[in-house]
Amino acid sequence: MEHQTHITLPKGSIEKTTTTLNIGPTHPATHGVFQNIMEVDGERVVSTEQTVGYIHRAFEKLAERRPLYQITPITDRLNYCSSPINNMGWHITCERFLKLELPKRVDYLRVIIMELARISDHLICNSIVGVDTGAYTGFLYVMQYRELIYEIYEEVCGSRLTTNIGRIGGFERNFTNTAFTKLEKFLNEYPKVLKEFENLFARNRIFMERTQGTGGISAARAMNYGFTGPNLRAAGVDYDVRVQQPYSSYQDFDFKVPVGTTGDNYDRFLVRNAEMYESISIIKQAYQKIQEFKGTDAEVYHADVPEYYLPKKEDVYTKMEALIWHFKIIMGEIDLPKGQIYSAVEGGNGELGFYLVSDGGRTPFRLHFRRPCFIYYQAFEELIKGGMLSDAVVTMSSLNLIAGELDA
Amino acid sequence: MALSNETIQNKLVEKFGDQVLNFSTASGILSFESSKEINLKVLQYLYEEPSLGFTFLTDLCGVNYPDNKGAELVVVYHLHNFSENIRLRYSVSTSVTETAVFTASKLFESANWMERETYDFFGINFVGHPNLKRILNVDEMDYFPLRKEYPLEDQTRIDKDDEMFGRG
Repeated sequence: MEHQTHITLPKGSIEKTTTTLNIGPTHPATHGVFQNIMEVDGERVVSTEQTVGYIHRAFEKLAERRPLYQITPITDRLNYCSSPINNMGWHITCERFLKLELPKRVDYLRVIIMELARISDHLICNSIVGVDTGAYTGFLYVMQYRELIYEIYEEVCGSRLTTNIGRIGGFERNFTNTAFTKLEKFLNEYPKVLKEFENLFARNRIFMERTQGTGGISAARAMNYGFTGPNLRAAGVDYDVRVQQPYSSYQDFDFKVPVGTTGDNYDRFLVRNAEMYESISIIKQAYQKIQEFKGTDAEVYHADVPEYYLPKKEDVYTKMEALIWHFKIIMGEIDLPKGQIYSAVEGGNGELGFYLVSDGGRTPFRLHFRRPCFIYYQAFEELIKGGMLSDAVVTMSSLNLIAGELDA
Repeated sequence: MALSNETIQNKLVEKFGDQVLNFSTASGILSFESSKEINLKVLQYLYEEPSLGFTFLTDLCGVNYPDNKGAELVVVYHLHNFSENIRLRYSVSTSVTETAVFTASKLFESANWMERETYDFFGINFVGHPNLKRILNVDEMDYFPLRKEYPLEDQTRIDKDDEMFGRG
């Protein structure tokens, strides 16, 4: 490649009346690695070109050489604000593909974890919208309560951010009493805080004037752009994977799907807030259902699938069959059935899909992640065109873009 | 009337005859194929026919089957009808030497980046795409990394200088 020794300006760049502004890849106003090359006329955005891929890590290629259980840690690193949902989504894809039946208790435990993850995801997104409109307090305040969620993860799986939680067929261990105590503490303390958080913003004049009417999109355009999740619902389409194609026994729960009308930043904020209340209600229902299990049913935390679920360590040392399965699983020597599947879960920011193609080998032949924010980030230019530069920053945060997911 | 996989299949066969083929149902999703020349006609029919209404493009991606001579590269479309809540998988294949496939980005704005991604990783040339260039990889890259001819590095290789990574 020819090396350029000086900067050549494009033709006409001296005469033009707009300014070219480069934001990013790393910039305090973009929460994540996003680059935008904007044309601005004064403070109005004329056009923008998004550059993505700065933290591309070739997950789809990596997955082609890994047995199914080793792909779970890869999914952690997609949307790292709600990694348990990604983990569960992957487990559910595998279980659907392998046609495994799961005990109800496992489903309910998963629902608790997934809804906690949804709360922590929305919490970050909404409080960051607050930060970008000039209200730092809410962000710092709710971080304490995200910490409570992380402590629950820690109690269940040992880690906090990149969780690798659960296994194909269930959980790696049963929830301890401490985990349930921590869950109760969260359920007791959090709703009050969420109400305070909402009071801080929802009818706050400054916040309303900054967010209403900015970054809006119609339902038809949002669908054409492939929006899913809270961003689509804020535009008025009541599409939620949990309702439309229930997984992990979501059909057993009673919850509402909040929708907005204008699809602007304010509606997105409100939809996420309302969803957090619904998530709390789902967690309460799931916890109640779990407490109803009695006797041996109350101890079930995984399905009986020796081909995919690691045996207990003491069995590995004492029983031949367990030793064989342990070896085969760890070495990735389980042949998958032939076929393909598309399976989706409702992630923190939209429909997180897994398209798995297997040719009968031990690793996926091809695995494609449908990453919601990669698809809807395309609409960014349309959302901010003609608006103020400072509103573009708010729009970007309120879309809940997660660089790790976008770049896969 | 609820839309079923059979109805979709019948409608498609009625419209396109034997140009649409290989219907199968796996995990509740109907999948079918066609030649790449009519991909836009099929997508547009699925979009515009009121009784089908597949107006949402969930996913678009590529798959590489190096052993299928003449049809090494496959473009897979996942479509969704929200009101009937039914999914559909549609794929077209192309040879690795002649990779032109018509772009769906005029029908679905969401296809724009997904096609760029598919181009980036598989080198499928989407004819009529407004801005077909690499998206996740660097522009200077001169190969298409998700094709099977580019295997991952051998994990057992020993000729590598690992000092930089603290393993030397």
